[in-house]
Amino acid sequence: MNSGVSVENIRRNGALYVAESRIRQMSKWKGIITLVAVGNPLFYLVAIGIGIGILVTENSGTSGTGGVEYIVFIAPALLANTALLGAMDETVFPVMEGFKWRKMFYAINSTPITGPQIALGVFIAALVRVAFSVFLYWIFLVAFGVLSFQDSWMAMVVAMYGGAAFGALMMGVVAGVKKDDYFLTVLGRLVITPLFLFSGTFFPLTNMPIYLQPIGWISPLWHTTELGRYFGYGQEISGSMLSIHFLFLTAMLVAGIKIANIRFTNRLLK
Amino acid sequence: MRSAVEIADARANKPGHQLYAGRARAIIERASIALRSSTWVPIATGFIEPVLYLLAFGYGMGALIGDISTSAGAIDYTVFIAPGLLATSAMNGAIYDSTWNVFFKLNESKLYQGMLATPLGPLDVALGEIIWALFRGLSYSIAFMLITAPLGLVPSWSALLAIPAAVLIAFGFASFGMAITSYFKTYQQMGLINIALLPMFLFSGSLYPISVYPDWLEFTIKLLPTWHGIELIRDIWFGVIDFSSFSHLSYFIVMIVLGLFFTTRRLRDLFMR
Amino acid sequence: MPESLISARGLTKKFGDFTAVDGIDFDVAKGESFGLLGPNGAGKSTTMRIIAATSRRTSGTISILGRDPEEHGPQVRAHLGVVPQQDNLDTELTVTENLYIYGRYFGLSKKFVNKKVEELLAFAQLEEKKDVKVEALSGGMKRRLTIARALVSEPDILMLDEPTTGLDPQARHILWDRLFRLKEDGVTLIITTHFMDEAEQLCDRLVVMDKGKIMAEGSPAELIKEYSTREVLEVRFGSDRNKEVAPILREMCDRIEELPDRILLYVEDGELLLEAIAAKKLHPNTSLVRRSSLEDVFLRLTGRSLIE
Ligand SMILES: Nc1ncnc2c1ncn2[C@@H]1O[C@H](COP(=O)(O)OP(=O)(O)OP(=O)(O)O)[C@@H](O)[C@H]1O
Ligand SMILES: [Mg+2]
Repeated sequence: MNSGVSVENIRRNGALYVAESRIRQMSKWKGIITLVAVGNPLFYLVAIGIGIGILVTENSGTSGTGGVEYIVFIAPALLANTALLGAMDETVFPVMEGFKWRKMFYAINSTPITGPQIALGVFIAALVRVAFSVFLYWIFLVAFGVLSFQDSWMAMVVAMYGGAAFGALMMGVVAGVKKDDYFLTVLGRLVITPLFLFSGTFFPLTNMPIYLQPIGWISPLWHTTELGRYFGYGQEISGSMLSIHFLFLTAMLVAGIKIANIRFTNRLLK
Repeated sequence: MRSAVEIADARANKPGHQLYAGRARAIIERASIALRSSTWVPIATGFIEPVLYLLAFGYGMGALIGDISTSAGAIDYTVFIAPGLLATSAMNGAIYDSTWNVFFKLNESKLYQGMLATPLGPLDVALGEIIWALFRGLSYSIAFMLITAPLGLVPSWSALLAIPAAVLIAFGFASFGMAITSYFKTYQQMGLINIALLPMFLFSGSLYPISVYPDWLEFTIKLLPTWHGIELIRDIWFGVIDFSSFSHLSYFIVMIVLGLFFTTRRLRDLFMR
Repeated sequence: MPESLISARGLTKKFGDFTAVDGIDFDVAKGESFGLLGPNGAGKSTTMRIIAATSRRTSGTISILGRDPEEHGPQVRAHLGVVPQQDNLDTELTVTENLYIYGRYFGLSKKFVNKKVEELLAFAQLEEKKDVKVEALSGGMKRRLTIARALVSEPDILMLDEPTTGLDPQARHILWDRLFRLKEDGVTLIITTHFMDEAEQLCDRLVVMDKGKIMAEGSPAELIKEYSTREVLEVRFGSDRNKEVAPILREMCDRIEELPDRILLYVEDGELLLEAIAAKKLHPNTSLVRRSSLEDVFLRLTGRSLIE
């Protein structure tokens, strides 16, 4: 019997089908996504980079920011932040929606597409969004002369890598969320905001009292930002620290995917 | 015992009886009942955000920036941002309550539809919801004071007046926020609110004096409610009350009146189609 | 004619260019039970909302207890208990709290409302669920709660928009029984429904609406008399043969309705017709003679398959 549906194809490309449908959905909001991708960091860059930059320069010149202008100092951090927030948006909401709000993962799962394939599909779509946002923002930083075109493209790549790691982790975490009453609020207040503020984004992490620094150490934003500063404008970082940053993000990526696969499979079986 | 009909008839000749049944407190009562069984985590963690900003910017940024020169003299950076963050959290809280919360009740749970099928009017609903949100704003402001005072960031007792001022500011934002929310139909549109608010907050001088800007930008910012809110709280905090403080105050009074007017009209139009 | 409680003339409601209610006239007397029937989109709910002072008419007049709902919305609404087509219960509250706070919206005292809540919990048979959040109720329970909620202010006009949709047969009959008792107490009922048996049971008088207009008006018995015959013969020949025999049958009765699965033949005496059909050697697979019902009136007035 030829029904036009090839089980083989679905088995092979299931994740791509899921990704495609996610991207189609996203493209409905491309105006808003672009606005967020550019607007959000742009505002931070201008308001804080220039506004606070003036005060910093007046007070301590470039001594507090490793010898570069303040705006250059925060640019890789904002790039990393764009990547992580984009990754979060495209994993947290789709996974919540898929399992809880609209439950379409269960519908998808009733075709031959498996749980891990759905997870992978959502993840791929999130990477597309991250790549898009980061690229746009990087172009913008280059156009304004904050970063140099030839020497900073690797900063863009590490930002994407950090986004991937954080996205994978979020998928793993959210796939286990059963009650959403206040999950999003708590996530925002107790995870996202502290990470944003205590990850050496706007000032070197070492400016913090030592008891607050561990927040940065476990923050993917800090690791991504530090790599971004190294690749973006050549901040000095020891080889061992560089490997630690990479290993941290890689561990997060792998663990996130593993957990997501297990949880997607188990939850869809119920 | 008066019946529902007698109660309604008693108001029949009052001006505005179509819009206001004089029972905003029924809405507040409903909210307080709902609170009993709601989860405390999101409420209890609400005050944490401004404290985090205070810690991060106070410690981290203070080292880079040093003192700030203001009309009250040169002051430590952490002291400088404290009132700005109080104002910001009051405004943010009010906006959250009057946008996302209201959006849900308008579009998902159809709660207001049920309320407005009774003799209640749109102004009862608007006032009740907003006043309830202000209770929350009030408790956050008090919590903020309790945290900042021991850190030596509150210069004098008169700074306590910043608490009612924060509530007033929240009132202004909440009454406008509700009117604006009534125009939105999807979550994505709601996302626009956040995008529009970010620059208002970032540029309005909570983290540094806006005198660093070029004149045209400074002028534009001075039109925004966020700037007036931050300035009002800052004036009170540092005890430099002058003519401009009153202009900030009047700004919010006008905002409240206009906001309530628009919200009431919008609710009426939405539910009397 | 007894004094009319609600009176509408040329009532019209437009949404943009679309006319949902198209110049209808009707009166409802005090203590009467008045029904609105009609297919989906006929304008029933829209009419209900205008009466309930939660929708503005485009033109025409309406008065409720001598008042214009647009001028005296709160006073009119104070008389009403409203059961909307779609439940809009307060999902953040429990069953008891829902009833309680609704009474408070009317300005009633705590003492009165608390007493009333007990009564209504029994009415809705939700005593066991009284401290459960509304979200955790079944669809039918929610419906019962919505109906109970409408009674908290002791309204003298009860507006029920498809009240029994989603109720099991037992709950439906219990509700009918309760509504009868309210009617005995002098409460005026305004009901929309898609169940013809419900309309026949509950309504003293009804109007059939279609496309915003009133097609017919009267008591159930009057409508049947006017728009249908005394008896109906239902025959089935199997879906293939139905088409074949229909033209022959058409000659033999007052009116015929071809439904997808059967043919309805309208006559004064069904048995007689059945014999005549048998005499023509047309043997239906099954046949049934019954009295005409509102169903038949409805089909005649609004049915798409209407063939005269
Ligand atoms: N708010 C609105 N905006 C636009 N059109 C509307 C609105 N409300 C109702 N309509 C339209 O008016 C017509 C009548 O709707 P109404 O809800 O009164 O029908 P009804 O008779 O109650 O139908 P049902 O049996 O399906 O409940 C429909 O065509 C509907 O689409
Ligand atoms: Mg309807």
